[in-house]
Amino acid sequence: MLYRESGQYKTTYSADQAIFTIPQDRVFFALMLLVAFVGIPLVATDYVYTALLIPFLCLSLAALGLNILTGYCGQLSLGTGAFMGVGAVAAWNIATRIPDLNLLVVFALAGMITAAVGMFFGLPSLRIKGFYLAVATLAAQFFLPWLFVKWGWLTNHATSGVITAPHLNIFGWEADTPLEKYLFALGVVALLALAAKNLVRSNPGRQWMAIRDMDIAAEIIGIRPVVAKLTAFAVSSFYIGVAGALYLFVYLGSTEPDGFGISLSFQALFMIIIGGLGSILGSFLGAFFILLLPIFLTRVPPMLGFDLSTAIVAHLEFMVFGALIVLFLIVEPHGLARLWQIAKEKLRIWPFPY
Amino acid sequence: MSSVTEKKIGDVLLKVENISLSFGGVKALTDISFEIREHEVLAIIGPNGAGKSSMLNCINGFYHPQQGTITYRGEKRKQMRPHQAAKQGIARTFQNIALFKGMSTLDNIMTGRLLKMKAGLFSSAFYKGPAEREQIEHREFCERIIDFLEIQAIRKVPVGRLPYGLQKRVELARALAAEPTLLLLDEPMAGMNLEEKQDMCRFILDVNDEFGTTICLIEHDMGVVMDISDRVVVLDYGRKIGDGVPAEVKNNQAVIDAYLGVQH
Amino acid sequence: MAFFFEVLIGGLMAGVMYSLVALGFVLIFKASGVFNFAQGAMVLFAGLFFVGFSEMGVPTWLSLLLTVAVMVVLAGAIERLVLRHLVNQEGIILFMATIGVSFFLDGFGQTIWGSNVKQLDVGIPTDPIFLMDGDILIQSFDLWAALVAGTLLASLVVFQKTRTGRALRAVADDHQAAQSVGIPLNVIWIIVWAIAGLVALVAGVMWGSKLGVQPAIVGLALKALPVLILGGFTSIPGAIIGGLIIGAGEKLAEVYIGPFVGGGIENWFAYVLALGFLLIRPQGLFGEKLIERV
Ligand SMILES: Nc1ncnc2c1ncn2[C@@H]1O[C@H](COP(=O)(O)OP(=O)(O)OP(=O)(O)O)[C@@H](O)[C@H]1O
Ligand SMILES: [Mg+2]
Repeated sequence: MLYRESGQYKTTYSADQAIFTIPQDRVFFALMLLVAFVGIPLVATDYVYTALLIPFLCLSLAALGLNILTGYCGQLSLGTGAFMGVGAVAAWNIATRIPDLNLLVVFALAGMITAAVGMFFGLPSLRIKGFYLAVATLAAQFFLPWLFVKWGWLTNHATSGVITAPHLNIFGWEADTPLEKYLFALGVVALLALAAKNLVRSNPGRQWMAIRDMDIAAEIIGIRPVVAKLTAFAVSSFYIGVAGALYLFVYLGSTEPDGFGISLSFQALFMIIIGGLGSILGSFLGAFFILLLPIFLTRVPPMLGFDLSTAIVAHLEFMVFGALIVLFLIVEPHGLARLWQIAKEKLRIWPFPY
Repeated sequence: MSSVTEKKIGDVLLKVENISLSFGGVKALTDISFEIREHEVLAIIGPNGAGKSSMLNCINGFYHPQQGTITYRGEKRKQMRPHQAAKQGIARTFQNIALFKGMSTLDNIMTGRLLKMKAGLFSSAFYKGPAEREQIEHREFCERIIDFLEIQAIRKVPVGRLPYGLQKRVELARALAAEPTLLLLDEPMAGMNLEEKQDMCRFILDVNDEFGTTICLIEHDMGVVMDISDRVVVLDYGRKIGDGVPAEVKNNQAVIDAYLGVQH
Repeated sequence: MAFFFEVLIGGLMAGVMYSLVALGFVLIFKASGVFNFAQGAMVLFAGLFFVGFSEMGVPTWLSLLLTVAVMVVLAGAIERLVLRHLVNQEGIILFMATIGVSFFLDGFGQTIWGSNVKQLDVGIPTDPIFLMDGDILIQSFDLWAALVAGTLLASLVVFQKTRTGRALRAVADDHQAAQSVGIPLNVIWIIVWAIAGLVALVAGVMWGSKLGVQPAIVGLALKALPVLILGGFTSIPGAIIGGLIIGAGEKLAEVYIGPFVGGGIENWFAYVLALGFLLIRPQGLFGEKLIERV
């Protein structure tokens, strides 16, 4: 009986267009934020931050970026890894070449550079669709990491080829401990997720979805496909670029610039398929799921008395991911996010079946 | 039949001259000329494959005829993309429903309204302020269309789940959201039952009356055509074989032959 | 000049190997409109089973037969478990599903057979052959590969003329029409996927003999994608010619441009070539241009 909307009437369009139209949802969401910003820091250990929460935040942001392009605008990309690399390398260059620049500005610039690169590789989308485009994004995926390595200027001719992130300094606040890094990442991700939600519920989002659902009709009602697709590439790449910068600065610390390979691209794609294509929440759920599954696979079989070698676990992981992708596409293409929504609808009318 | 006395048919809005269109070897249209006048309801009829849809596609810039010219509001058009035609006030519906399946009714209609909306990336991302105000202002307009077409109950339903007849209605709503000057309807009543057809006729006439929208529609149901159109153009095998007021066209021998399937 | 030809021939021969993978893609795409990302994984899968049986001491001909059986069962399983449930879905969904299949097969094959490199020797000679008074060196293996590809192509062409082959083409042209004529779609799909599985087996044996059977084959097989873009998704000759162009192009680029940019361009050259090509001729060399309608 707690989760009901009867008796709640929306009297303005503004209220009807809010992100959470039901007060209980709003309360729930506020609680989630409270847990994320206050609750978790009270209990979590450094291991949880570094092994789970920080990569979760970075990859959620990348998945969110990919979801904007693939889930909302219908343009499939297998270049997410490379674009994260662009963001990381760009942020590293800006931060080391202009040491006093505010870190938030660094991230924003890195995002914009990635957006430009993303738009460039998105140009073929103006002429081709679907899997053709996926092949075109593979060009980015193989070309860009090569460029990071071969173009010495990008890594300041470091002999080891390794780039190491500088200290995080945000308006004088030094984020050094895992907790501080986590809070920083959380802040960035929360802000960008809100902006993404706003985008997809207003004009840009409708343009993207129109192109996704029926591009011919979209053009006939006056949407310019060029504009819609390229803004999707730009916004998506911006998010992925920032995610890449975060990935290097708060998670990896240092990396070889060609570490942004195709497996990251697939990981991000799996996150949005399992989490839910065309759902902001789904990007987070998918990232969480994809990160937890390997941990689950390494931890659980030994508890049940099966001793699996790491190689076998790695192969099993492939199998499980592959099977899950197929399963979700068949059973629930809108992924975990849709399951969550169905659960809520059930709760809303509980205890009646419908 | 709409009474001629109160209805003001205006100047030529769109003029089609000597249009020919072919796909490879198939001649879809051959040397077609006709006019659409302001505020009128013009019907294009003809047997299957006559080239009716292709004609609409030429008018809104989706197909580019090899020959001939189209003059809209006194301006001769060069090769034009569909979105440019939309900007000039030409909206349309499709023979095979072309709604945005993943979106709700309301979102579909709001998408039809995009041409009138300005908020860009940054203000939309921020949302509060101008973008929100704009959303609300245009939402009010779309709600008027929703009331007008009596689809209040399905506002939030994803259009993919709607029955066929309602989908056709939502498509009309989406086209109306752009406040078009010229509305092209490709078989708006195909596959509907009698009651739905009557509703649709009423909506089309109301749009024409209340907003003064010029309408060009394709329809197979001769009863409907005779009832609601001011003028009829008849196509057969890509050629124009008749053009005139309904009564005239009905008695035209060439038209009768075409419909009875006389050998050419 | 002789050096140029040597590089060119080496490239063309490498291209033949890409064509072998691309052929499988085209077969499936033509018949079912499914863009089968898993073709590369199927190559590894077939190769692993073949080597696996051989290593167990099974004679080559029997291993071959057994692997054929495995690939037919696989085709049936894919139809039953995946395709059947996604019939009317959009292309992009099916494509993503085949990515899932690809990962599954990749993991499954390695779970059974392990992930170490397995040498494969089916008796294809590997001694070098010298042409033009010893100026040009080519591997006899490469010639064999070309021969195998040619034979495969010829048998596919012959197959297309058979009753089943014609049925396949009817399905390719129009699913509904084919169904109304009474060709069961499921059966057709299983046949097509089984044939693609056999093509994968041939590719797996060839790739395996050259490089050893190893997981890296899946990544290499990805190069079949730019081949398809060049050749057109629906054209069997396109797959062959596209493969040759890509193979020759990337070898020549590596040798003549590579030194100026630090080498390693073989990894991306094919994709960038395909990308450029997409901008000029999206339907590929031999693909048909579609006019959309509403
Ligand atoms: N995109 C296209 N590619 C090839 N041929 C086309 C295309 N569009 C239309 N045609 C051909 O042009 C001719 C006219 O088609 P059109 O769709 O305009 O007919 P129609 O009068 O709308 O018929 P119907 O009543 O069946 O809707 C047909 O022969 C059709 O096959
Ligand atoms: Mg038509």
